[in-house]
Amino acid sequence: MTALPQYNFAYLDEQTKRMIRRAILKAIAIPGYQVPFSSREMPMPYGWGTGGVQVTASIIGPDDVLKVIDQGADDTTNAVSIRAFFAKVAQVQTTTHTAEASIIQTRHRIPEKPLTEGQVLVYQVPIPEPLRFLEPRETETRKMHALEEYGLMHVKLYEDIARHGRIATTYAYPVKVEGRYVMDPSPTPKFDNPKMHMSPALQLFGAGREHRIYAVPPYTEVVSLDFEDHPFEIQHFAEPCALCGATEVYLDEVILDDRGGHMFVCSDTDNCEERRQAGHVGSLGTGREAAE
Amino acid sequence: MYVAVKGGEAAISNAHALLADRRRGDRNVPALRLDQIVEQLGLAVDRAMGEGSLYDKELAALALLQARGDLIEAIFLVRAYRTTLPRFGYSRPVDTGAMLIERRISATFKDLPGGQMLGPTFDYTHRLLDPNIVGDEVPQPVIRAAEPERAPRVTDMLGQQGLMEPDGDTDPEGEVGDLTREPLDFPLDRDLRLQALARGDEGFLLALGYSTQRGYGRSHPFVGEIRIGEVEVEFDVPELGFAVSLGRIRVTECQMVNQFKGSAKVPPQFTRGYGLVFGQAERKAMAMSLVDRALRARELGEDIVAPAQDEEFVISHSDNVQATGFVEHLKLPHYVDFQAELDLIRRMRAEHEAKEALE
Amino acid sequence: MEGVIDGAFADPVMQSQSVFRALMDALANPGTMRKLPVPRAIGTSMIPELVSTLLTLSDHDTSIWLDEVLRSEPANVQFASFHTGAPMVAEPGRAAFAFVHSAEAMPPLDQFNPGTQDYPDRSTTIVLAVPSLSGGPALSLRGPGMKDEVHISPSGLPGDFVGQWEINRALFPRGVDLLLVADGHVMGLPRTTRIAEGQ
Repeated sequence: MTALPQYNFAYLDEQTKRMIRRAILKAIAIPGYQVPFSSREMPMPYGWGTGGVQVTASIIGPDDVLKVIDQGADDTTNAVSIRAFFAKVAQVQTTTHTAEASIIQTRHRIPEKPLTEGQVLVYQVPIPEPLRFLEPRETETRKMHALEEYGLMHVKLYEDIARHGRIATTYAYPVKVEGRYVMDPSPTPKFDNPKMHMSPALQLFGAGREHRIYAVPPYTEVVSLDFEDHPFEIQHFAEPCALCGATEVYLDEVILDDRGGHMFVCSDTDNCEERRQAGHVGSLGTGREAAE
Repeated sequence: MYVAVKGGEAAISNAHALLADRRRGDRNVPALRLDQIVEQLGLAVDRAMGEGSLYDKELAALALLQARGDLIEAIFLVRAYRTTLPRFGYSRPVDTGAMLIERRISATFKDLPGGQMLGPTFDYTHRLLDPNIVGDEVPQPVIRAAEPERAPRVTDMLGQQGLMEPDGDTDPEGEVGDLTREPLDFPLDRDLRLQALARGDEGFLLALGYSTQRGYGRSHPFVGEIRIGEVEVEFDVPELGFAVSLGRIRVTECQMVNQFKGSAKVPPQFTRGYGLVFGQAERKAMAMSLVDRALRARELGEDIVAPAQDEEFVISHSDNVQATGFVEHLKLPHYVDFQAELDLIRRMRAEHEAKEALE
Repeated sequence: MEGVIDGAFADPVMQSQSVFRALMDALANPGTMRKLPVPRAIGTSMIPELVSTLLTLSDHDTSIWLDEVLRSEPANVQFASFHTGAPMVAEPGRAAFAFVHSAEAMPPLDQFNPGTQDYPDRSTTIVLAVPSLSGGPALSLRGPGMKDEVHISPSGLPGDFVGQWEINRALFPRGVDLLLVADGHVMGLPRTTRIAEGQ
């Protein structure tokens, strides 16, 4: 038998961490610009957060407290899996509470509770290139970014308006960072876009399969693309969370039967639980016990 | 001294003896039994059955053993055997809604009737090599206490609300095409296309499905549902006047829910991409459903701009037995053709030189 | 020679992680002072703050440039080569990282690599040792990473620094990034930062 494999702190070897760290520093210095990096194989499949995991593995230290969410929830399987991975390979403390975390790795959501200075939000990104669906070729999109040639994106959004009467992009809604780079916010619902603007937290984005890292430093302008006659709007829900009664939060639809029965509940499980513990009750919630 | 190559027959026979020797490997290591392959290399068996288009685990295991683990070679062996079998008729469509489910997940709804069930999946395992699996010690799985509740298909639930397009307009009494019986004629109907995809090469479909996600024929896919489990195969016997059960097979079904489409006449609704494969073959079923949706571009009035939307391109190249045959045939002697080429090129060069000499 | 061999981090994995976090926080929050963990001095003109950043950022894949003062001391060159394996370049314009001993040894900013319009990340990051991160002339900063105007007063910056920086800023997205180090601390000035003289 061969010897048991040995893994470094936070799984990645030091040379890989250095390479990723250098990319992160450049990303912070050029907000919204996608820094190419030589993404490594991870012990989980591409598309499952390898970019985010590589970023987290490169920044995390023993004093960090890590929170991992997927679709807003701490208890989704992929979030549990990634959290367990870091608890194992970096022996860090983990939490589900947004306020307690120093690093939050996320897939598809930004927590409802406002982030604070010193926190780092690490996004898992599948397709980092916001222009990819207008122009599949990397050589072309690189040119477009270099020349700040974003007309095509506006044409696409305007075609939406012509066809559907509105901009039909509901997630991965493109933003402009600090007035320069058009950036993909990862497939978060556009509901979360305003949270990116002037956030006190550092936002890092990792796309493993596509070999890109980008960043939005704290207190940086992040503006969702729109038109004067069709200003950017976020989603609004007709009913509050059925468990905690929250409004102005992002909700998941849960099907209750096959006759059209359904309810809406908070996508951010931590925020929902905290609200219920504070005594908020929705139409189907029973307060504290429901959170257990 | 030059010796012309001769004795092809002996060479082949020697090569095959050598192959058999290498296949068996060190005689001090116990030989693999087919039941070991069926039980412990089940996903390889499933792939050989799926792309080999023959549901028989023992035969697929034999093919894998004989092919020294080369999957495409094993698929070829299964196909070559399958084509020799007599044909009795066609089964009734299997009802995946009545599946005995072992795994069932939806990426579109957090919870739904019948629940989410992870089943025996690699998902969420950390891909760290585990020397502890070598040996007989394995943890006992948790056995489900109660019978699972009925799990209606997500696409049906969406369909009842009018949010999902109806499932095709194929005449249920009409005859289903059979690509193993007739040559393909483009453009294809969806039944033939799905057959071709179901036996298509997993890697090729994976790459094509992936390309649609990266913008080459984007379709905004969501995994409405993936379910893996056993379904009943029934066969109509006209003499008896009713259907008899032939047994159960394990299948993987993927229903992709895609981009809404609307027109002046039809309100916006989701469209389908469908994948159904023998055995546990999730990657294949997902890739198949992405490619199926992409190939519906013509039917749905979308611009055909990407490779995955090009039916002729996709279906003509999706069969790995065909592909490997033609690629590997380049190893065969081409002396005659090459000689003709050699001759031509020499003549052209001579003419070129003559012309230059004149100038 | 002793410092050359054993002058590096005692615990490279953990120490380079905490140094990196200081650098990351410094660039993400321009003008703030971040505590920079340092190894013990190697006894040359390469002060521990420069050693810290060198060890954390450089390896075989990065070209580094040392200013004339640092280069004139063979122990510095040996130390950098031995511990990082980074190729040493003679012109600052070819360096991924430049380590500068003092403002006197600092070439003008436009001598470094600002990257290209297609790849603005292929630029030089300069690590400049200054006598102190305070006590110098007042500067006010604005830009990404700062909620409001930030006031700093590092001492020992190059002459006409604000003018040079303005030109560097105007190149955006191209440009160089600057890390100032002194007294166990680091301060970051990314290319996005706008710098004005006075309060």
